[in-house]
Amino acid sequence: MSKLSYVRTEMLPEQAPPVAQAGIVKWLRENLFSSIPNSILTLASLAFLYVILSHVLPWMFQSSWTANSLSECRSMIAAAYGEGTHGACWAVIRERFLQLVFGFYPAELYWRPIVAFILMLVALAPVLFDKLPRKMLWFSAIFPFLCFWLLWGGSIWVPIVALAGFVLGGVAYALIGAKFGNLPATIAAFLVPVLWWLLLANPVSNGLHSIIPLGLEAVESAKFGGFMLSVLIGITGIVMSLPIGVLLALGRQSDLLIVKAICVGFIEFIRGVPLITLLFVASVLLNYFLPPGTTFDIILRVIIMVTLFASAYMAEVIRGGLAALPKGQYEGADSLGLDFWQSTRLIIMPQALKISIPSIVSTFIGLFKDTVLVSIIGLLDPIGLTTNIRADAAWNGIIWELYGFIALVFFIFCFSMSRYSMYLERKLQTSH
Amino acid sequence: MKKSTFIGTVAAATLAAGFAAAGTLDEVKAKGFLQCGVTTGLVGFAAADANGNWDGFDVAVCRAVAAAVLGDPQAVKFTPTTGKTRFTALASGEIDLLARNTTWTFSRDVDLKFTFVGVNYYDGQGFMVPKALGVSSAKDLDTATVCIQTGTTTELNLADFFRSNNISYEPVPIETNAEAQAQYLAGACDVYTTDASGLAATRATFENPGDHVVLPEIISKEPLGPLVRHGDDQWADIARWTLNALITAEELGITSANIKEAAMSAGDNPEINRLLGTEGNLGEMLGLSADWAKNAIAAGGNYGEIFERNIGEKTAIGISRGLNAQWTNGGLLYSPPFR
Repeated sequence: MSKLSYVRTEMLPEQAPPVAQAGIVKWLRENLFSSIPNSILTLASLAFLYVILSHVLPWMFQSSWTANSLSECRSMIAAAYGEGTHGACWAVIRERFLQLVFGFYPAELYWRPIVAFILMLVALAPVLFDKLPRKMLWFSAIFPFLCFWLLWGGSIWVPIVALAGFVLGGVAYALIGAKFGNLPATIAAFLVPVLWWLLLANPVSNGLHSIIPLGLEAVESAKFGGFMLSVLIGITGIVMSLPIGVLLALGRQSDLLIVKAICVGFIEFIRGVPLITLLFVASVLLNYFLPPGTTFDIILRVIIMVTLFASAYMAEVIRGGLAALPKGQYEGADSLGLDFWQSTRLIIMPQALKISIPSIVSTFIGLFKDTVLVSIIGLLDPIGLTTNIRADAAWNGIIWELYGFIALVFFIFCFSMSRYSMYLERKLQTSH
Repeated sequence: MKKSTFIGTVAAATLAAGFAAAGTLDEVKAKGFLQCGVTTGLVGFAAADANGNWDGFDVAVCRAVAAAVLGDPQAVKFTPTTGKTRFTALASGEIDLLARNTTWTFSRDVDLKFTFVGVNYYDGQGFMVPKALGVSSAKDLDTATVCIQTGTTTELNLADFFRSNNISYEPVPIETNAEAQAQYLAGACDVYTTDASGLAATRATFENPGDHVVLPEIISKEPLGPLVRHGDDQWADIARWTLNALITAEELGITSANIKEAAMSAGDNPEINRLLGTEGNLGEMLGLSADWAKNAIAAGGNYGEIFERNIGEKTAIGISRGLNAQWTNGGLLYSPPFR
């Protein structure tokens, strides 16, 4: 047996793959330079990016954070980076940061919106993430009233008495439902709280306040502004529009003629007018309809209008989800002997909402961005504040810095919402 | 036209309600503060600083009226109004006084049912062009592109001016002053036209103000003044004579520096005595305290002091008195006598 063999007995050491088939070069070839047209497009895009960045980056970084006026900014930038350099004057953001966030809210009370914001995150957490204990939802339910009290201040009895309206509605539903059945109970659950709020809430809260005066220093809404106002209007609109939208969507599919007519009429009317028209109605026309001397808070008026507007859109989005459900789901629910509310709650809505998540979130994002329209009726949201900041002789002429900052903050909010909706879609994915 | 008729109709409808209510003076005294409508922000005229304190030329009128009525120049709450909401805010009673560089015109006074109580700034529409354009008169602006704010009187004035001079132009409609500034600097239009005070303020913010000139032609009359609702003459009188008191104070040489002394006891000049309440009962006639005018002047100084502090030549805006000088100095400020 010779020791010669024609077959290798040991493995060759592994060699690195050819340069063109590995690592960054391979990635570049496959993704950027796979063909001649693609290569041309890649080069053109690079050139475009370069042109943009070569202007924007120096502007962003050759900037001044410490000046106290626009002219001082210009001279500081000229001194630091040479004559003729154009740089951003971020100093305006530094000086007006608190104003852009809180508006004219009294500085010594800033803790109240901050606490309200943190509590809002706590209240939203159990809604957004289902791994958290369900008991936290009770806090979410009382949070709107707590938030109202923290922001506006005043007697603590006002939100408590308002909350009592809902409790009374629930009690009425349970009592009458047990005796007379579903329909009278539903009607009572609507009527009792409304009567309570209209007739009794005011004297009761005044009475309680005179017995036990408990409260925070009141802050009038004229002092609300900045991102605080945007978030307040946006979040309230978002939170309120979803349940109202669900009810409207169900109403539109209902067999009850009057309910259906009301819902269709409301949705079509609201969707038929621009938001800015509704805001003008809130700010201008309502003053004429209300008796002289009544002060109906402007921010409350705006929130109501924004909520109504968003609800109509939400109703149509959810109706789309309902329409996408196969008929078998409804029939299946019926065959199990579930009544309307049970089947809606347990079978129809969870599926319809899941289908509609992307549209719901884009409605939310649209609503949040639409809140800047309130600057047209003179409310000082971030966009409205830019006019005011420019009216200061020291900052007149500043444009891009303010808008850039506001755009960045809005982007952060909207991008988080969009990411969350993707997380939700993945989590609720059942078609595996 | 259609819009103003509509607003007018609505305003008239509320007037009926307004008559039934108590007088504005009693209301203001009862609530303890003056609700004053101002702009959402205009350099020199009204602006809130980083702490939310309002200041400016129009704001000073609000503070003077508050001082005259309530004795406290800080007893004012400001409602920022836009060009679109200002008249309804006043007509509906949301604000008691509108001091928002509003031009006194026939239709606003008569059709919209407001009472202009005087003029606190005589303005006029002007043109700003880059020096490089080589234009020295607005009449050379044939075929120019013009940046113009929509929905204002300036738009109509511009059309009138170009038509009567038989030259053509191309309008570039814009919404706000900030937008106009950016568009003009970016070269989207050859000319920017608005009130001359606004042009001066805008030009002052440019990196190289020397590269731009304001043309000599003033093509319109823009008397800007505070206004109140029709139908409450006592309240209109209070606002009118508070403004007159500021103007008269400058004419008589009463300043925030010497007013304490002058109001201490009756002096040699009977008009000063009547104005400051050391003689006669002018305050009583208005339904105010005897020292109403003293409080109004002490709030921010006389007209000249307010002008110099907010928009005068030493400020960044740097407007000279011009038409807004006292009649004794060749201007238009001429207050009726206090007697």
